[in-house]
Amino acid sequence: MYLVFALFAGLIGGALSIAMRLELQEPGLQFFTNPQTYNVFVTGHGLIMVFFVVMPALIGGYGNWFVPIMIGAPDMAFPRMNNISFWLLPSAFALLVISMFVEGAPGSNGFGGGWTVYPPLSTSGHPGPALDFGILSLHIAGASSILGAINFITTILNMRAPGMTLHKMPLFAWSMLVTAFLLLLSLPVLAGAITMLLTDRNFGTTFFDPAGGGDPVLYQHLFWFFGHPEVYIMILPAFGIVSHIVSTFAKKPVFGYLGMAYAMVAIGAVGFVVWAHHMYTAGLSLNTQRYFVFATMVIAVPTGVKIFSWIATMWGGSMRFTSPMIWALGFIFLFTVGGVTGVVLANAGIDRNLHNTYYVVAHFHYVLSLGAVFAIFAAWYYWFPKMSGYLIPEWIGKLHFWIAFIGANVLFFPMHFTGLSGMPRHYVDYPDAFAGWNRISSYGSYIFALGLLVFFYGLWLAFAQKKKAGDNPWGAGATTLEWTLSSPPPYHQFETLPRITGSEH
Amino acid sequence: MTAPAPKTRSMKRTAIACSAVVLGMVGAAYAAVPLYELFCKVTGFGGTPRVASAEATRQSDREITVRFDANVAPGLNWKFGPEQAQVNVRLGETKTVFYKLKNRGDQPAVGMATYNVTPNQAGNSFAKLECFCFNEMVLQPGEEIDVPVVFFVDPALADVPDIGNTISKITLSYTFFPAKQKAQKPVAGLNGQEAPKL
Repeated sequence: MYLVFALFAGLIGGALSIAMRLELQEPGLQFFTNPQTYNVFVTGHGLIMVFFVVMPALIGGYGNWFVPIMIGAPDMAFPRMNNISFWLLPSAFALLVISMFVEGAPGSNGFGGGWTVYPPLSTSGHPGPALDFGILSLHIAGASSILGAINFITTILNMRAPGMTLHKMPLFAWSMLVTAFLLLLSLPVLAGAITMLLTDRNFGTTFFDPAGGGDPVLYQHLFWFFGHPEVYIMILPAFGIVSHIVSTFAKKPVFGYLGMAYAMVAIGAVGFVVWAHHMYTAGLSLNTQRYFVFATMVIAVPTGVKIFSWIATMWGGSMRFTSPMIWALGFIFLFTVGGVTGVVLANAGIDRNLHNTYYVVAHFHYVLSLGAVFAIFAAWYYWFPKMSGYLIPEWIGKLHFWIAFIGANVLFFPMHFTGLSGMPRHYVDYPDAFAGWNRISSYGSYIFALGLLVFFYGLWLAFAQKKKAGDNPWGAGATTLEWTLSSPPPYHQFETLPRITGSEH
Repeated sequence: MTAPAPKTRSMKRTAIACSAVVLGMVGAAYAAVPLYELFCKVTGFGGTPRVASAEATRQSDREITVRFDANVAPGLNWKFGPEQAQVNVRLGETKTVFYKLKNRGDQPAVGMATYNVTPNQAGNSFAKLECFCFNEMVLQPGEEIDVPVVFFVDPALADVPDIGNTISKITLSYTFFPAKQKAQKPVAGLNGQEAPKL
C-alpha cells in the first residue's frame, strides 16, 4: 500500500515539477501568470517528494515489507500501528493538496515559502489558512513516521530469529534501524518548530518575532536540526538496498560488513551535529561556521567507506548486469557525483556564493533523484518478483534505467552551471543569459518523465503475462532470508522459525 | 505465531522507551527558546550585552569609544535618537547617556526595545546597570521624554580573544518595536515627566 501510495504521490509531485520545467524552459512568464503560484508549486513539489514519495517508498514500503522477513520475524512488532502509520499518510497528503487551493499569501492560493517554511514569510507573509493546512499535514506525516520508527526499533531489537545477532543482521535491516533512530530523534524537533509557527501565526506567540523578543534564526536552527538528519533518513535505506543488490549480482558477500554497518551508524550520529551548514549565510559567527565546515567534511569519511566497500564487493565478483544491478551501479556513480558537490557546498566560503543557487538544487537532486530514487527503482526491479510472484521482463528495467539516466543527467547536470553563474532558487524567471542551460534541463525532465511510461508498461506486462517468479529468480547470490520463501511469501512468512547458525555474513 | 509473553513485555518496554524519547525531543525543541536566551545572556554570544548589578570592580586608563544607534520598527510612529552620537569612556568607568523618545502619533502607544552591541565578541564586556530597555514604555500622543542608559565597559575586554587588544569602538544599538500586549509594567513616573538625572 505504501508503495502504491508513493507511486501515486510521485506522479503528482512529478507533475508539479514538469510544470515548473515547462515554465523555466524559456525566459519570461509563459504558463504562470502569478509568480507566487510558481513558488507554491516549488513548495508542493519538495514537500510531496520528501514526505509522500521517498519516505513512504523506502521506509514504509520496502522497510515494512522486508525487515521482518530478513530478520526471521512473522511481521512487524505492531501491525495495527503500522496500519495507522499508513493511513495517516493519505490524510496528510490530502491536507497538503487542500492547502494549495485556499488562500496563502494575500491574493493567491497556497503556501509558497519553500519546503523549509522559514518565518517571517511563513508567519506574517502568509496570513491565509493555506500554511495552517500545511502545518497540520506535516504534523500528521511526522506522526506517521514516528509511529513507524517505534515499530521498526521494537521489531528489530526484539523479534530477531534465534541466532540472528545484530551483527548478523542484513545491511538493509541495519539501515532501517539507524533510520528509525534518526526519525525518532529529529521529527519531534520539526513538530516543535512547526507548532511554534502555528502559535505565532494564530495564537499571538512570538517565538520567531523580534517584536516580542523572538528570533527567526531560531526557526532555522530547529528546522535544520530536523532537516539534516532527514536527508540521511532518505538515503540510508537506499544504502542498505544497494548493499543487497550489489552483493547478489556480484555473487559475493558485501565487503567489510562491520565497516558498512558502523559507517551507517556514524553517518547517522554525525548527521545530528552538522545542521548549520544549511545556515552559513544566516549571520552565524565565523567560529560557528568553522566548526560546521569541519563537522560536515567529517561525514564524507564514512560515506566514502561505503562507496569503496561497494566497489570492493564487486572486485573479483562474478558480475551479472541485471536490471536491479544497473540501477544500483547508477546509484553508486551518481550519488558520488552528488556527494562531491556536497563537499564543495560544505565550505562556508564558497557557500557564500552558492547558497540558494541552482548549484544547491543540482547537489540535492543528484543525491535524491539520482540517488534515493534510483535506489527505489533498483529495489522495485529487485523485489517486485518477491512481492507479487511475477517477473518484469528484463528489457523493461534496463530501458527504463537508460532513459532515466540520460534524462536525469540532462536535467540536473546543467544546474551546476547555472548555479555557479548565480541563478537563484525559487525564482519563476531568470535573466536571458541562463536560457540555454535551462532549456536543456527542461528537455531532460521530459525524457525522465518518458521513462516512467516504460516503468508503467513493465508493471502492466508483469500482471498481464503472469510469468511466475519462483522463490529466487536471482540465483545463488541472493543470500538473505526473503529468498528462502515463496513469492509472494505466506501470510506470516515462516512456518518454522529460522535458526541462524554460525556462518560469516 | 504469537510472540511468547516475555517478548511482549520487552516489546512494550521498547515502545514506551521510544515514546519517551519522542516526548523528550519535543520538550528539547521548546526548551531551546529559554535556553537560547539564557546562553546568550550568560556568555554575551552574538553581541548580547551583560546586565550588571554593581559597578566595575576596577578601572583602567585605556579609553574606548562607545557609539549609539537607534531604530524604530514599522508599526510604531515614534521618533527615537541618542542625545550624543558617541562618548569616550575609560574601561570600568560608569557612564550615563540619554536617548530622546517621542510619540509622533495621535494614539497612545506601547513600545519595547531590543538591543545588541557590535562587534559581537564585545558582548560580555558591555555591562548595563540601568536601561530603559528593561521595561515597556508607554507614551501618550505627542509625549517626549529622555530615557537613560547606565553602563560600563569591563576592563576584561582586553582579554577577549581576537579583538581584545585592537578594539577601539563599540556600538550599542536599539530597535523599538510596538509591544505585543498591553504594557504590564509601565515605568513609573515617566508619563509626561523628565526622567531623573542620575
